[in-house]
Formats: sequence, C-alpha cells, structure tokens
Amino acid sequence: MADFTREDVLRLARLARIDLDESEIERFTGEFAAILQYVEQLQNVDVSGLEPTVQVNNLSNVMRSDKVVDYGYKAKKLLENVPQTENGQIKVKRMVG
Amino acid sequence: MSQWQPIAELAKQVQSGQIKASDLVDKSLKTINQLESYNAVLAVTEDRARKRAAEIDRAVANGETVGALAGVPFIAKDNFLVFGAETTAASNILKGFDAPYQATAINRLEAQGAICVAKANLDAFAHGTSTENSDFMVTKNPHDTTRVPGGSSGGSAAAVVLDMAPFAVGSDTGGSIRQPASFSGCVGYKPTYGLVSRSGVVAMASSLDVIGPLARTVEDAALVLDVMAGIDPLDSTTVERAAESYTHLEGVVQGKKIGVVKEYMGEGLQSDVKQVIEAAIEKLKAAGAIVEEVSLPSLPLALAVYYILCPAEVSSNLSRYDGQRYGFTYKDAANLEESFSMTRDKGFGKEAKRRIMIGTYVLSSGYYDAYYRKAQTVRTKVINEFADAFATYDFLVGPVAPSTAFKIGEKVGDPMQLYLEDVMTVAANLAGIPAISLPCGKVGDLPVGLQIMAPQKADAALLTMAKQAEAIV
Repeated sequence: MADFTREDVLRLARLARIDLDESEIERFTGEFAAILQYVEQLQNVDVSGLEPTVQVNNLSNVMRSDKVVDYGYKAKKLLENVPQTENGQIKVKRMVG
Repeated sequence: MSQWQPIAELAKQVQSGQIKASDLVDKSLKTINQLESYNAVLAVTEDRARKRAAEIDRAVANGETVGALAGVPFIAKDNFLVFGAETTAASNILKGFDAPYQATAINRLEAQGAICVAKANLDAFAHGTSTENSDFMVTKNPHDTTRVPGGSSGGSAAAVVLDMAPFAVGSDTGGSIRQPASFSGCVGYKPTYGLVSRSGVVAMASSLDVIGPLARTVEDAALVLDVMAGIDPLDSTTVERAAESYTHLEGVVQGKKIGVVKEYMGEGLQSDVKQVIEAAIEKLKAAGAIVEEVSLPSLPLALAVYYILCPAEVSSNLSRYDGQRYGFTYKDAANLEESFSMTRDKGFGKEAKRRIMIGTYVLSSGYYDAYYRKAQTVRTKVINEFADAFATYDFLVGPVAPSTAFKIGEKVGDPMQLYLEDVMTVAANLAGIPAISLPCGKVGDLPVGLQIMAPQKADAALLTMAKQAEAIV
C-alpha cells in the first residue's frame, strides 16, 4: 500500500481542495510514501477482540436544553472577519451556471 | 533567579494593594520588549492589558475582591482566541483574524484577575515539535539561540523561561506542552482529556487536544489548572473537575509505586539524557518510592497510531479554512472551486498541507478500515496496557523526549524525523491521561524533562507527586 505515486498526490490534493505547485507534488510524493511506510507497521498488529476507541473519556450523548444563549457578540461582529459581504450576507463566487 | 514571585503570592500582594497590577503588566511588557529577538511572542495585547490592569487596581482601591490570579500577567499560545490582538495560530490563512469571542480558558483566567499580555509563537496550527513550522518566525531556545525551543507550544515555553510572564497557556495534542517544557526548561502540564474546555482554541485533533499551563513551578501550574478546569457547556467533551482544589499539594513520595516505562528507556534515547533521567529516578527511590521497571509492549506503536488519527482529524478540522467566511482569501479566483483551492494553497504552510492530505488519504474510501479504523483499535490496545500498568503502579515515569533541544534547521528537511520527536509523549494523548514534564537536570546547558504520568482524572495526585519530585530531582 505504501507505493505512492504522483497521481495519488494529485487525487488527494483535489479531494482536499489544495492547488499544489509542481515542486510540492514532487516533494509530497516521496514524503507521503515514507510516512505511510512508517504507519504501515500497524497492519500486522493483532487486535482480535478489541473495539476501536472513538471517545477516550467514555462520554456519550451529552445533552443540553435547546434555548438561545446570549454570548455577548452579534452577527455584525462575526461579519467583520468575512472577506466579502453584501447587505449583511457572506458573498461567494457564483456556484451554478 | 526569576523576577516573579509565586503566582499565589503575586495575587495576594495585588489584592492587598502592596503592588499594582499595572506595574506587573509594565514589567512583563518591558521584558517581552527587551527579549524580542528570541521570537517567543507574535503580538502583544498591550492596550487591553493596561486597561484591565487599571480596572483591577481600581477594584482593589475600592475594596473589592479581585480573584485568585489578581493582576498576574500571562501569555497565551496564539491558537487561543483572545481579545486585543489577532488570533492566527501562526498561520497565514488566519492572518488578521479578530476573535469575536474568547476561549473559555481565557475567560476563566480573566474572571480570576489574570491579564493576558501577549500571544506566543507556535508551529502553525500546532503542527510540529520545534516552532519551525510557524508561518511567521522560528522561536529560539532560551539556553542556546542556535537551537529550537521545542514545539508546538515553543513560544509559550520560551516566554516562561525568559521570565516574560509568570505563566503561559498552551495546547497538547501529541506532546506540544511537555516537549517544549522539556527543551526549554519549565514545568509543562497536560491534564486529563476533557478537564479544561477547548472552546475557543483552534482545533487540531479533537480526540487528542487538551489545554494546559506552562509555568516555573508545579505550584504555579496547579493554581492555573485549578482556575481553568471544569465542565463547560460550550465543550461537550469536558468532564467534572475534582471537588477539591488542585492546589493542595502536600504529600509524600514514601511508599508510592512508580513504574519506569521500559519502552521509553531503550533504543533511541540519547545516552546523556538517559543518565539524567536515571539519576532523577534514583532520587525518587531514595525518598522512599517503590520503583520497578514496567513494560507496555504496544507503546512503540503509539506514534504510528498518532500519525494516522491526528492527520485524519486535522483534515476534518482544517476543512473550515476555505477563504469564504474568515481569514485569508485568494482574490483572483475565477470560480468558487478555484477560490477554495487557491486560498488553501497560498494560505496553508507545507506541514498543514501534509497533514490534511495524509488525513484525507487514511479517511478515503478503500483505506478507511486499513488505516483509520485499525489505528483506533490499536489505540484501544494502548489504553488497555496503561490500565493494566496503573492497576499496579500509582505513576509511570520516563523521559519526555529522546534528546535535548536540537539545532534550528537540523531536522527541517525530513518530516519523519520531526514526527519521531513525539515518540514518548503521544501515548498519554491516546489514553487521555494526565502527564507532566518536570525539569530534572541538564546535559551541558540544555534542560531535560522528567515525564510523570497518572491515570485519567488523577490530576490532583499527579500534581502532588510532581510537587514532591520537584524538590528532590
């Protein structure tokens, strides 16, 4: 599984929405092969009878009451960090058509 | 000799009017300014800090009770949302981000009168072990400016050792509080998973991330933890704190059962570091501890587990940086798709890209079971071995890192070499257990940290043990 090709890197870059340049593609191809080779040592570990751990302090279904809480900041403040706004809304590039 | 008295003493003197919060803030800002060349600090929150200090001094003059950390300056790792300066997580993609709210941990510190004076440097998004992955600058080790301070909380650790403030706060996902504490020479405390709220701290790997203090002494770290700990409705992974204060540190070493982790003392450990650690363990033995070697055979797998789970969670958590809602955006994109991919190409540094893409790979269709699910299951194996060990031993000890601080640039070309720095710290994150790095000696001029670990929620016992150990190692 540790064979890692240029095409693999390009596929991941596409999935992760990162536009890599040529030097990065080359560099990551070699590096990812080395990293994956290292983590590959888990493949032969015997885990029979064990369940995966998804939550380390055994909490589950933490509930809260469904009510509005005022944390002291308003939408206007949040919008100050938005690169482009129009009429108090977040503006993005056209998605369709 | 530090210019700061113990935190509890400082707060007492501010409360009694003997010293002014404004003077403490002055002293802190002056030191930060004088030692700017170490690159420990990304930004100062000077205006807000001075305003808060004046308010505290006024409250004291009016006879009001100010709090357990009255007027005490501190420095926050720049992945904490704090008012008064931008929050960047040392990344270009968050450059200019003005936090609309503060981290719960910061709010709790402020509610007890503490004053944030600066934001500390880190590896961007806390991805790293040296601060060399910061998108802005490399922090220098306080003991040797040609060496790294450790990371990712390298700026926080260096700031404490350089006496810029009485304490700092950091985050630890795979060793990011303990390893820089070891390299720079301060106390670094990683609490039980969930003991301190992560609300308002830039998320890295959510099943592993914890928040904790870096300080000059165990007593100071315990006081800061005591203020930050406890359930937060804004972080549903938080757990009940102990009913008692974490600052009651009276205890004995005599009769305590300590396991020396065999897997951390063998191959890969620098021999002079080993000698310092063994000497510290001998002193615990001389003080009456029952010390034995203990083996946790799956520990050598912990790093491989970590470098699957961590990138997987990173790839999810960092998907939010898309250039549309906050942070850097690539302005010349032709369409939305290009806006995402160019923003993320220009905004993320190499290590963030690496982790996002490795994470994407291990979570992708066809590989999920082989990598991610397998790693989660081996994580269970590691957790079970800790549980077995803690059935016999009160504490486990070993080194924090395989070496002392390495040279700036020494490992920068090889990500795998930098990942291996975490080899002795990641297991505590996988198991969610508390662990501390305690200064226990030096190799030449370079500090060495002793790591002490305890079972989940045994934070009070661990801090008590560390306080006793601090006096003798």
